Amino acid sequence: MMSAQVIPTGSGCLPSLSFARLVNVTRFCISDIDPNTSECHLWFVSQVLAACLYPDLLKDDSLPVDVRQRARTLLDVCEGGSVGSYSLTYSGIPLIQKTIAEFITRRDGGVESKPENIIFSSGLERALSLVLHLLSGGEGQTRTGVLTPVPCPHTLPMQLDEAHLEQVSYQLLEEQGWALDLAELHRALRTTRGRCETRAIYISNPGNPTGHVQDRKTIEEVIRFAASESLVLLVEEVFQDSVLGQEKRFVSYRKVLLEMGEPYSKRVELVSLHSLCTAGMGECGLRGGYMEVINMDPAVREFINILPCSGSPPILPQLALGVMASPPSPGDSSYETFMQEVLHVERTLSHNARRACEFLNGLPRMSCVPAEAGIFLYPRLDLPLGITEQAQMLGVEPDVLFCQRFLEEEGVCVGPGCENGQDDDNFHIRSAKPTALICVLAPPAALEEVLTRLRSFHLRLLSSCC
Amino acid sequence: MQSLLMWHVLTHFCYIFNHKPCFSYKKLQRRRESSAHTMSNSDQTGNESEMYVMHEICSSVKNMKQLDFSVLVRRANQIKEELKQGVKKPYRELIDVSWGDPHRTGVKPLSFVRQVLAGCLYPQLLESNRLKVDVRQRAQRLLETCAGGSVGSYSDTAGLTQTLKKVSEFITRRDGGVPSHPDSIYISPGSQWSLTNILNILVNPEASPKTGVLVPAPSHCVTTQSILGLGAEVLPYYLTEEQGWALQVEELQRAFDSAKGVCKPFALYIINPGNPAGGVQSRKSMQEVIKFVSEKKLFLLADEVYQECVYGENVEFLSYKRVLAEMGPPLSETVELASFHSASKGLIGECGLRTGYVELVNLDPSVLKLLDNLFSTNSCAPVLGQLTLDLMINPPQPGDPSYPLFYEETQRIRTTLIQNVRQVFEVVNSLPGFSCQPVEGGVFAFPRVYIPPKAIQKAKEVGMEPDTFYCVRLLEETGVLARPGSEFGQKDGTHHIRFCIMTPQHIMEELLRRLSIFHTKFMKEFS
Repeated sequence: MMSAQVIPTGSGCLPSLSFARLVNVTRFCISDIDPNTSECHLWFVSQVLAACLYPDLLKDDSLPVDVRQRARTLLDVCEGGSVGSYSLTYSGIPLIQKTIAEFITRRDGGVESKPENIIFSSGLERALSLVLHLLSGGEGQTRTGVLTPVPCPHTLPMQLDEAHLEQVSYQLLEEQGWALDLAELHRALRTTRGRCETRAIYISNPGNPTGHVQDRKTIEEVIRFAASESLVLLVEEVFQDSVLGQEKRFVSYRKVLLEMGEPYSKRVELVSLHSLCTAGMGECGLRGGYMEVINMDPAVREFINILPCSGSPPILPQLALGVMASPPSPGDSSYETFMQEVLHVERTLSHNARRACEFLNGLPRMSCVPAEAGIFLYPRLDLPLGITEQAQMLGVEPDVLFCQRFLEEEGVCVGPGCENGQDDDNFHIRSAKPTALICVLAPPAALEEVLTRLRSFHLRLLSSCC
Repeated sequence: MQSLLMWHVLTHFCYIFNHKPCFSYKKLQRRRESSAHTMSNSDQTGNESEMYVMHEICSSVKNMKQLDFSVLVRRANQIKEELKQGVKKPYRELIDVSWGDPHRTGVKPLSFVRQVLAGCLYPQLLESNRLKVDVRQRAQRLLETCAGGSVGSYSDTAGLTQTLKKVSEFITRRDGGVPSHPDSIYISPGSQWSLTNILNILVNPEASPKTGVLVPAPSHCVTTQSILGLGAEVLPYYLTEEQGWALQVEELQRAFDSAKGVCKPFALYIINPGNPAGGVQSRKSMQEVIKFVSEKKLFLLADEVYQECVYGENVEFLSYKRVLAEMGPPLSETVELASFHSASKGLIGECGLRTGYVELVNLDPSVLKLLDNLFSTNSCAPVLGQLTLDLMINPPQPGDPSYPLFYEETQRIRTTLIQNVRQVFEVVNSLPGFSCQPVEGGVFAFPRVYIPPKAIQKAKEVGMEPDTFYCVRLLEETGVLARPGSEFGQKDGTHHIRFCIMTPQHIMEELLRRLSIFHTKFMKEFS
């Protein structure tokens, strides 16, 4: 149930350090840079937020004119003109709801999104937690179940547990680039008969951690499946803006649903989740996200509004979301710089994804499906018997042991696949593409460092076992 | 000897994370059967609400009825719109004192805080001399404590290591040397969140009898709602208004005894300085509470978010941790305590940034581990908020370049508060049918309104609580938004209103002016 095998993330005292810097690539840190450089960060957002925090900055020309205009508009909708006031409604500031709805409508080619269906939350996990709690209920055989992909985001199993939900796993197909298979969904659902009452299906598209991008056909199939089995669709789409390469395109579940027309578009209940932790924004520390609810029972929707336990939502991340949903347009003073920064992130991500994947595939007993989107790579380890035996003796999962030793010996922290729900004999590790934002001077070089350390550790490990 | 909480945890282990939540939704069987049929026929007959997979049924939900106050808020928003469109009213703008939100009422944020935070968000600002050198240094130092030198990166679940260290140092300083350890501290997005998490562990909704939590009456409604929402019982203990809202141990005993046959009391929630009652507990009173919880084996939840807001010369805030520690063993080693603080209150008043912390005392390490898991379901608290905590507990010192302005701003707020408190006391007590206890701490006044029988009758006719009725009329006729006392729990037959006193001076004067006129008129109308 509760995984006690958490890799230490970050500071900690290691006995003898053979490396100069500890590198943590389990979590996403796009802003992992020296503050004195401006590489790989979208400064427009920071400027607007800084001006909102400290409005004195609006008095002179130190910030571009569009930044100042934007900050003024946002401060106008804050109570008392300050980001320090409570937010009036639990769903969020109306102007931001409207901005996000407009963003969604634009992104989906005109498929309209209504502001009242947008609910803000401080981080994607809080929004998800809310919905999971709403779904939860029953005991024993009537306990609510949620169809969950394997692999899934590593906090999901814990959240399902916390909400007293049964995790009903459906395996994604590694051989097909981690695609979703309808037959597998049916199989998973069949296993729940008499065990629990499955009421929802969780989808991560583009996949976290797999990076797989679903095509329209698959999405339609899943929607029909959800409709016929009366499942609520919980769709997390955080990596939507980081699709690599030209072959695949992101299409949102809501767009497909609404374009399928009735009866689906009026019946299927869908919750789509998004947050500031995108590849582009990378402002994970600000803790901001939203969900759009479609076809939700009005009584439930109203209930969310009066829910006191969720607490008053913070202002700054809402403003950041508003900026994310409405970036500078052509003609704005910040547009050129902004677009350059966006392109730089895209190029770096794309380069690093390709490089790292090639590299990993070049190592013996390691294979990696190329990521189509997102910021993670999810390579598979073909661990020798020696390791698996050692792990068994120590009472940990083999991939956890791999990661622990990698940390101890090389100072690099990667995440074990078992935390993503992978419980079969195919061990995986999960590592975030550092996108070289870890190292200031030469972005790809930082990635090289990580890969080099990984290779030397991995080869050492294999030679010591075989 | 096993700790209380550990015992609780062991006996209810399977429920800690598997509790039956309050808002459960059940799928109507008909839906599944009919869906295949209706899908193929594209036929939308039947009751709309039966179509939904998520459908509200849980009884706890019914307990959490929509508060009267939201009706007032909606009307207030309408009035704001009407004023914007130029509709004529006896007032030109609303005075919203319904929240403990100083920025909303016009109190300015502290410059030093905002400058440092802006510098952390947008480090380019640190390159010029625009910001004073101590601001720049502080921002640099804070950025260094963040992963990758940015507020955009995640921190560890419990909080940034350096911030936790600083918080523990602050607590030790504040408590005259009573040691505090970073490992027992969790930074959270606002104190309510960590309170709910702790309650989550304490409350077992499956239990029969139900878990009970003693809460003061009057009490902040969010807390009571959280408790009810988690499936527990609320056991109110009434504070004694005539004695400045003091707490009587006999009343605690009575509340405890009232649980017989209804629920099993497990925790005692106390808020000091109080909300909405503005009392500050004496050491003696706190010692009595500690002895009480020890005797009855209750977990003590001490909400101390208003600790910076203390007025009057002979009034001093003491933390429960300090009083407990100074009582010595065995109490100091056995009483289990969670103490909450936040940056939303106090002179810094940054409610919108959402930051607070909880310090846990005498908790069993294995329970701490479980709490850790619970907290980690939400990666971490907003980093900017964590940095705000640092600024709150380590303000500029004499000699720093920012100190003069900081001192001026904080002094102004402090003097205004003291003045406001005095004015409220004088004005309210001078009006017949109105009385107010001296506000010793906190940011609210909670005066008693002696609503005449005719008004009570009228209120009944329109289906409102008498003090809600009073507040509705107050809003319509004077544009002042206050909260009715019925939301907080009050002795039967008594009525109150609550309003925030942390406002600029001219706002308070205007507020009292409008309130006096209204009150006199109201009393006359219903005499």
